[in-house]
Amino acid sequence: MTTPFSYVRPRSVADVISSLEAEGATIHAGGTDLLGCLRDGVYAVDTVVSLGDVEGLAGVRELKDGGLAVGAMTTITDLAGHATVAGRYPGLAQAAAAVASPQLRHQGTVGGNLCQKPRCWYYRGDFPCLRKGGYKCFAVNGENQHHAILGGAQCFIVHPSDLAPALMALDAAAIIDGPAGTRRVAVADLHVAPAEDPTRETVLEPGEVITEVRIPAPPAGLYNSYRKIRTRRSWDFAIAGCALALTLDGDTVRQARVVLAAAAPVPWRSTAAEDVLRGNPLDDAHIRDAAETAMADAVPMTHNAYKVPLFKGMLIEELAKARPR
Amino acid sequence: MTDDTRDGHRSGGQELSRRAFIKTSGMGTVAFAMGPAYGAGQAAADEETETRLEAGETVPITLHINGRSERLLVEPRWSLLFVLRERLGLTAAKVGCERGECGSCTVLLDDVPRYACMTLAVEAVGRRIETAEGLMDGETLGQVQASFVKEDGLQCGYCTPGQVMAAEGLLRRNPSPGRDEIRHAMSGNLCRCGAYAHIFNAVEDAARHRKG
Ligand SMILES: Cc1cc2nc3c(=O)[nH]c(=O)nc-3n(C[C@H](O)[C@H](O)[C@H](O)COP(=O)(O)OP(=O)(O)OC[C@H]3O[C@@H](n4cnc5c(N)ncnc54)[C@H](O)[C@@H]3O)c2cc1C
Ligand code: FES
Ligand code: FES
Repeated sequence: MTTPFSYVRPRSVADVISSLEAEGATIHAGGTDLLGCLRDGVYAVDTVVSLGDVEGLAGVRELKDGGLAVGAMTTITDLAGHATVAGRYPGLAQAAAAVASPQLRHQGTVGGNLCQKPRCWYYRGDFPCLRKGGYKCFAVNGENQHHAILGGAQCFIVHPSDLAPALMALDAAAIIDGPAGTRRVAVADLHVAPAEDPTRETVLEPGEVITEVRIPAPPAGLYNSYRKIRTRRSWDFAIAGCALALTLDGDTVRQARVVLAAAAPVPWRSTAAEDVLRGNPLDDAHIRDAAETAMADAVPMTHNAYKVPLFKGMLIEELAKARPR
Repeated sequence: MTDDTRDGHRSGGQELSRRAFIKTSGMGTVAFAMGPAYGAGQAAADEETETRLEAGETVPITLHINGRSERLLVEPRWSLLFVLRERLGLTAAKVGCERGECGSCTVLLDDVPRYACMTLAVEAVGRRIETAEGLMDGETLGQVQASFVKEDGLQCGYCTPGQVMAAEGLLRRNPSPGRDEIRHAMSGNLCRCGAYAHIFNAVEDAARHRKG
């Protein structure tokens, strides 16, 4: 059982925002991450603000520019099974289908998935780690086989979300409502790197709520995929993953987005690999070069050097699948 | 299971009988105004724009479980799993990890399998909740349960009620799933005894009988 908390069920986004003014108020979307954190004592809340009764936050709608808006309360099951999503952005549907287990996908939401807390066992466990306001990252000299090989600084978590890299590859943006009004933040800018602030996961300010995620229209010739590697197949977090969004003209790559999952504390865009691919044919040499380049700056920890060849092999396989047949 | 055992409640150190409990909750000192969507009997709802439940206090709610309306007192922090087992005596849903990792607490909410350990009871108000008890026809096993027995879909049986509910949810959505779809739909339910092959056979058997 968790420590006691109050519970409110507002009907509108405006009421959500005012409910969040209370000290220690936290959003409950599906609750799958929130309840786990409360039970493990990762943090405490005074007031749980449920989004369950807020009108209009669930579902997928068409945008005039040919893109899609996905409501923050859309369940991951509904995202994975949405025909238009799967048709336009197959990688996003693949990522959604690979999240957690069926029961958690039925309950977990898109907004909650983007804002979920890290899965590092020291963070979730009884350790006064840096991210919880403690004094050090216990993974540095500890069990770090699932931790970061890129982008680590002070704290070495990997970002646990499968949806975030997929959305980032598609240039999606989160629409955020708060006391100061509505703003739009690219998913690429939503998460905070530990070098900047190791105690913070997202740029959301107190009182802010994600209402939807907007995905631009798919460019002509888009190839979009998501690959997730985990230690067991039934369900698990990624040990390596990649979202690809390539636009191809014949076999020449015009635009490229390569975003790595489970590599870094934030979804990790490999602009260096994208540079190798852009303007070039998607042949064996460029594919190998891109995979090497993506890992060029990798700094493995004591127990996770296996991730480097794993990411390379995965990128080679995934990029090869993108070749026009 | 009798109503007496199901409705024993403890509140403020006082054991409440079913009758006393209903009286108390009927006069509930804390107003829990649910929206119109939460059904009849909540006259105050229309005027309320928001519901607020205070920490540490119990409030009366109505849960719709296995076709019955259960009115009971809950704290906001209580999980549906806790309420089912400890307040209503419905012990089919099992306590496993309480972290959303094992599936032993699987129940149906509006026909969809969910983990009761990761669901607050107050979030389940207004939904149709079903547990393995609800699949019984009196003392007779429901079809999915009978198929688990027939196909030896269990060893110790601890995971079984959760497996049964995951299977029931699958078959309501798709009455004739293939083996791969069965494996996929059952992937959120772990079995420490490793009875998986028999579990999948049981789901196939239940699907055959549902069709026939
Ligand atoms: C056993 C297990 C395995 C998992 N495996 C995976 C996996 O493989 N891949 C993966 O991607 N995820 C995985 N997850 C995470 C799961 O997908 C998330 O728990 C889920 O997506 C969170 O959604 P929710 O709606 O339940 O969020 P909640 O638990 O309700 O919220 C999570 C956090 O986000 C905040 N929040 C929620 N919605 C909003 C919003 N609209 N605006 C602002 N803040 C908000 C909450 O305050 C809270 O801090 C797993 C979780 C578990 C328990
Ligand atoms: S007890 Fe709910 S998933 Fe394990
Ligand atoms: S039968 Fe023992 S855990 Fe599944």
